[in-house]
Amino acid sequence: MAKLYKESLPESVKPLGPKEDTIKLLLSFSKALSISHYKNMTFEILNN
Amino acid sequence: MLMENVKDSVLVRQYIEGDEGSLEILIRRHKQRIYSFIFSKVMDRDITEDVFQDTFIKVIKTLKRGKYNEEGKFLPWVMRIAHNLVIDHFRRNKRMPKFQSRNDFDIFDVISDGEESMEYEMITSQLHDDVKRLVEELPEDQKEVLVMRIYKEMSFKEIAAATDVSINTALGRMRYALINLRKVIDKHNIVLTR
Repeated sequence: MAKLYKESLPESVKPLGPKEDTIKLLLSFSKALSISHYKNMTFEILNN
Repeated sequence: MLMENVKDSVLVRQYIEGDEGSLEILIRRHKQRIYSFIFSKVMDRDITEDVFQDTFIKVIKTLKRGKYNEEGKFLPWVMRIAHNLVIDHFRRNKRMPKFQSRNDFDIFDVISDGEESMEYEMITSQLHDDVKRLVEELPEDQKEVLVMRIYKEMSFKEIAAATDVSINTALGRMRYALINLRKVIDKHNIVLTR
């Protein structure tokens, strides 16, 4: 019965977790990002 | 020891020291809880995906900038960031009511504001601020000529008169100002393009 109830839940209330593409994008973003400090300034540099 | 058993605090430290693999473990370890937390507030998959992405972009930037406070725990800290971004999302939506497009009609097919996007304007503004801060670092005589030429759009004849030097000297100062700016930009790999 519990199983039946679970299966009848609308799809929109079952969070599946982030897409694999989103995780890959975040990892690529992290690899591309470097921070450069010059005097009291900080620059974000994205290397392609 | 398996990396999966390594504590969050160790993975964070390794990531800050340059180990990108540690970030992947952190994301995969906590993705479900963070995603579910965001989803429970916004109840929309696409928005959840966007907020999840923005959350980790903020996490990455903060860690790389060395601004992370190691006294706090990683997951509660990420949850706080996600929570704040969810609030931002609702604030934005309150200001800007959502228009739901149907399959046969998309409002963006027929309207255009004809202006640059807010993101574009923000990047442009940031770039201008970066350039201004770099100009501030120039020697006074070079900065003076550059400001008069670029920002006040004065001719070199007018600059020469205003600074009481010859036109050649004004040209030379402008040349050195640009050379010095390029040197700083190259040395620090500063990207001044959109």
